Amino acid sequence: MKRWGWFLLPLALLALLSLVVVKGGTLSRLARGLPPVEELTVDRVRLTPGHITLDIVNGGPDPVTVAQVMVDEAFWTHTMTPERTVPRLGRAQIEIPYPWVEGEPHHIKLLTATGITFDHEIAVATETPKADSGYFLTFSLIGLYVGVLPVAIGLLWLPFLKRLDRRWIHFALALTAGLLVFLAVEALHEALELADRVAGAFQGTGLVALGAFGAWLTLQAFSGIGKSDTNNPGAARLRLAFLIALGIGLHNLGEGLAIGAAYAQGAVTLGSFLIVGFMIHNTTEGLGIVAPIAQDSPSLRNLALAGLLAGAPTIVGAWLGGLAYSPLLGTVCMAVGAGAILQVVGVLYKAVAQEAGESVWSPLNAVGVAAGLVIMYGTGLLVAQ
Amino acid sequence: MSRISRRDALKRGLFGLAGVASAASVAKASTLGTHVDPHTVMTGGLPAGAGIDPTAFLTDFDYGVVSKRANGQTVREYRITSVDRTIEIMPGLFYAAWTFNGQVPGPTLRCTEGDLIRVHFTNAGTHPHSMHFHGFHPAGMDGVFEQIPPGGAFLYEFEARPFGLQLYHCHTMPLKRHIAKGLYGAMIIDPRQGRPPAHEMVMVMNGFDVNFDGENEVYAVNTVPFAYQSQPIPLKRGELNRIYLVNVLEFDLINSLHIHGNFFNLFRTGTSLAPHEFTDTVSMGQGERHIVEFTYDRPGKFMFHAHQSEFAELGWMGLFDVNPGEIA
Repeated sequence: MKRWGWFLLPLALLALLSLVVVKGGTLSRLARGLPPVEELTVDRVRLTPGHITLDIVNGGPDPVTVAQVMVDEAFWTHTMTPERTVPRLGRAQIEIPYPWVEGEPHHIKLLTATGITFDHEIAVATETPKADSGYFLTFSLIGLYVGVLPVAIGLLWLPFLKRLDRRWIHFALALTAGLLVFLAVEALHEALELADRVAGAFQGTGLVALGAFGAWLTLQAFSGIGKSDTNNPGAARLRLAFLIALGIGLHNLGEGLAIGAAYAQGAVTLGSFLIVGFMIHNTTEGLGIVAPIAQDSPSLRNLALAGLLAGAPTIVGAWLGGLAYSPLLGTVCMAVGAGAILQVVGVLYKAVAQEAGESVWSPLNAVGVAAGLVIMYGTGLLVAQ
Repeated sequence: MSRISRRDALKRGLFGLAGVASAASVAKASTLGTHVDPHTVMTGGLPAGAGIDPTAFLTDFDYGVVSKRANGQTVREYRITSVDRTIEIMPGLFYAAWTFNGQVPGPTLRCTEGDLIRVHFTNAGTHPHSMHFHGFHPAGMDGVFEQIPPGGAFLYEFEARPFGLQLYHCHTMPLKRHIAKGLYGAMIIDPRQGRPPAHEMVMVMNGFDVNFDGENEVYAVNTVPFAYQSQPIPLKRGELNRIYLVNVLEFDLINSLHIHGNFFNLFRTGTSLAPHEFTDTVSMGQGERHIVEFTYDRPGKFMFHAHQSEFAELGWMGLFDVNPGEIA
């Protein structure tokens, strides 16, 4: 009991101090009568024929009142719900009847009561998809093409890997690590870039740290459970394969989200060249999954499950991206993907180190990692926008 | 990305029209096919705290307190005080202005050529200010070197010359900021013989850089965007109209007036009684002013606006409502 008293003492003092600060009027010396610091972020834009709808977030320290709305440098009629003043961390919706032009950019400027302006650009105006069966079919196809099928094809390298000796298996694992490091760096960059667009109070960069380390720690903790079964190395290798599949799956969720959002917003044209690029890029992910289990004979069911675990999240991501994309969601997904992949790289290293001992960094293995990076870079050229 | 088919385009066009129609119904304007008033829809009407009534300002002339000197010269005395005041430019949009007598533009001073002008200026603001009048006057009355500190006062005294449409504004550095914040107004010096009788209006073309980025977000005549769309200016058929048109817009190099369905006589700076030009659009640089005269023979609503369409849609447009009644 006494112990808890000592725990609570600083908390009680903190509460008392807060009360003095709030009620005591000691802050009047610090108040400077300056206009409030305002921050508004356009989270999402929906375009329907003749209408633009904005979801806005107040990420600043003070409430913000939107006085007027300009579209393409013209004051425009609009309605705002629930009300014109958006509280701190609050959201609002602005509906603008506007004859936007398919395929052309539009600029929106929100003018607050204090005269501060917040800009948002609609890069390419195109109708926002509706969540009907056609939508799910289209976006499932996107996920299928860029996620599920390439990974499944990559899995078919298993019989080839079987015919390699240990040295080359290690090379394949090193290659996988290289692929994954490339993906992780890419995802981290994407996450940090998106973090800039997250409303200030939601601390985009903090979300990246939370998402990445959260994923890493979660996987780390889970991969320890039931590991005592060391006399069954085959099961351990299968576990590793599933872990890689999970990491890749989490990454692909973010990738699907980004592709779905970009496609829905008209920011990318998914031509056949781009689809083929993504397919080649992601086929290598399948190779990564089967590399650890090359010496085993995994059941078809396990292989299919691992493939689905890695590929199917692309479909879910694409659905979400087209319907409910926001910088916040994108940041979290990308960060989680990066953290998950980095954890898998660590596990891969341990797996090779256990078998190869001192020679884990043999020239062949080093070349393997480098080759993984180079392959990702090369296939990445195919999907460059 | 799917290419849009003709059919889609047609459908979309119809949806687009429906959108406009729903907007119009909000404004109680009309159904499809008739004229839609975009103004009230755009801004939600007139702001309550503008500091001026745009309609009253059109015809509000300050002739000063009049007396006569022994030699028969008319003396006009004005009291002008500079005060900081937050004005509501558009509904919900507040601007921390610097004003003459609490209004932007300042009062329209009116006198006749040869009058002795005395302006008792007091600075009740928080920054030094001055008054600089366009026209003939001694160097010490120019408002450039005699800066009036907060709490200070100054008496400007000069003879009103030449006749025409003049401008007055604060001439304290930084000049751009002092003008853009609202310290300006029109001064009409009538010729001794007068001008033909007419329905007269003052229009000061101005704008506001509300986020202080060196560009105007808001454009208007007489401060309030779309004011004369919300309240069209009633004109009489056949009557001569005279606009005293001043351009004090900052940041943009040029401004203009265009009137619909008509042409006007243009008297540059108002310094001649014979028109310089017969046109329907005049472009003006910063600080330029002209007198514009026209008569409408047909009834109905006619738009007037800056022919910089960007300015127009950001507030600088209005309507004349020509009365269908008797020809004046």
